[in-house]
Amino acid sequence: MFDIFAYSFIRNAFIAGTCVAIVAAVVGYFLIVRGLTFAGHSLAHIGFAGAAGAVFLGIHPVIGLLIFTIGSGVGIGFLARTLRERDIAIGVVTTFTLALGFLFLSLYRGYAEKAYSILFGTIVGISSLDSTVTLIFSILALAVLCFLFRPLLFSSVDPEVAQARGMPVRLLSVLFLVIVAITISISVQIVGVLLIFTLLVGPAATAIRIARTPLGAIALSIVLGIIYIWVGIYLAAITPLNFYPLNTVSLPISFCVATISFGVYLPVRLLSPLWLNRRRRELTAQPQPLAMQPEQAKMEPEVLRSSR
Amino acid sequence: MFELFHLYQDQDFVFWAFAAGTVVAIVSAIVGYFAVLRSQTFAAHALSHIGFAGSTGAALFGISSFAGMFLFTILAALGMGALGNRLRGRDIEIGMFLSFVLGLGVLFLNLYTQQATSTVNLLFGSLWTVRAADVRVMLLCGLGVLVILACIFRPLLFASIDPQVARVRGVPVRLLSLLFMVLLAITIAEAVQVIGVLLSFALLVVPAASAEHLVHRPLAAIGLAILLGLGFTWGGILLALVGHWPVSFYICALATGAFFLTYYLQTRRIPRRYKPLPHPSCECYDPAESQV
Repeated sequence: MFDIFAYSFIRNAFIAGTCVAIVAAVVGYFLIVRGLTFAGHSLAHIGFAGAAGAVFLGIHPVIGLLIFTIGSGVGIGFLARTLRERDIAIGVVTTFTLALGFLFLSLYRGYAEKAYSILFGTIVGISSLDSTVTLIFSILALAVLCFLFRPLLFSSVDPEVAQARGMPVRLLSVLFLVIVAITISISVQIVGVLLIFTLLVGPAATAIRIARTPLGAIALSIVLGIIYIWVGIYLAAITPLNFYPLNTVSLPISFCVATISFGVYLPVRLLSPLWLNRRRRELTAQPQPLAMQPEQAKMEPEVLRSSR
Repeated sequence: MFELFHLYQDQDFVFWAFAAGTVVAIVSAIVGYFAVLRSQTFAAHALSHIGFAGSTGAALFGISSFAGMFLFTILAALGMGALGNRLRGRDIEIGMFLSFVLGLGVLFLNLYTQQATSTVNLLFGSLWTVRAADVRVMLLCGLGVLVILACIFRPLLFASIDPQVARVRGVPVRLLSLLFMVLLAITIAEAVQVIGVLLSFALLVVPAASAEHLVHRPLAAIGLAILLGLGFTWGGILLALVGHWPVSFYICALATGAFFLTYYLQTRRIPRRYKPLPHPSCECYDPAESQV
């Protein structure tokens, strides 16, 4: 069972995959709370052009991804209010960037294999340099997220009140999209551009329906994300060795992660009304406290402090 | 320009590429107009993803990939039509389902063939590989779609613009919406052959959306959308023959350029076009007020 760890690329894939799963789970939680799940999807599509351009120019794909996704992330952050409800404009830009990526790749020799691995991810080509880069960027992203945690949560849950309290809501949303861009850039090498939704949004969407508190949801979604990616890499790695009918092919890693993610999400989504309704009833049945509870009174100044 | 035709006149594939491109451009411009009008552009996107799984799955089981794509997109369209408004605002659920379906398509393709080239062709289109038999099927389906659309044109337009009033007037809104979803599914199955799963937006939505920027009467908008769609496709094929870059890239680049150009023209034009006439009964007409 553990003989697959003899290959160095599998070890690298596990290291990189774990980092990616942790960061993606935390970022995915905020994406859902802020209602930006499709911004994540579009950023990944735009990143395809960056990755393909980098391959064409002979530099590391992550560099191209970072440039394109951070650029468009900042753009979306600044235009967010005007961009909402503009499905068609976003669709046109995404289609064009996909076509641009296709052009870059078709100019590159052996383009089909490279395009395939950027679109659907791979565990084969991950070097120790890649896993180190992934590790550094995920620590960076997590550090920034920890630092911004409370103000970001506040401004995600209730942007108007946060703004009234004097928080830099605009700046926070731009910073957050930069973190999303970094997360997508490091996730693409494993799950690919097209299926990033499953790793970014899948664990958090499941966790948010089970856990009661934000921290609980984030912790649960990290656990789920790590399980998805570990099982996914394991399945992708052992199929060419073990299963008889499939012994000439390897399962694509992105398919494994997508199927596990969907398979966990679907029953939770279908069953969650049972306990969510009960919880809502409990909440409404409680008499509303007239005075502020002691814990809440303690929380209040903390929110204020972290906002400064 | 004309030596190009002499250069390629013995090449069958150029003729079939033009034929397929023309059929797809016309049909998808007309169907796309209604998709834009009914704000179902996202449904179009979803259907093309589902068609990818259908096409690769059919190839795995030895059926024609066109047939598989038809089957999957029509079934999905019926499902989406049945769910109707309950699908609105469910980004996460739809996204998860689409990702799963796309992953399934990749799996089928991986089991069927180890060649990455066929995946890339399906995703980004391969107009040069279209054959006479494909064009015949496309032409038949396209004609069928257009005939049905012509029969339901007026009620569909009514139901798209104001569904509530249409229902009160006795128009079968629900049935029309199901029927339209099926037509959309067939159109997408066709468009994917030309421009690929990921780029079908460029032929389906962009011509109609750009035409909507410039003209507002339905027939004029549909006519302009057809012209734009044909312009993108023919221009893309001609440019690809000259420049040797992929056809899909040229088509998408032309479409994007046209979309933002027409958007710019629209923002320039609106103040002139919509200057309302002073109300006859109002003496104290204020011109500043009409500049909204």
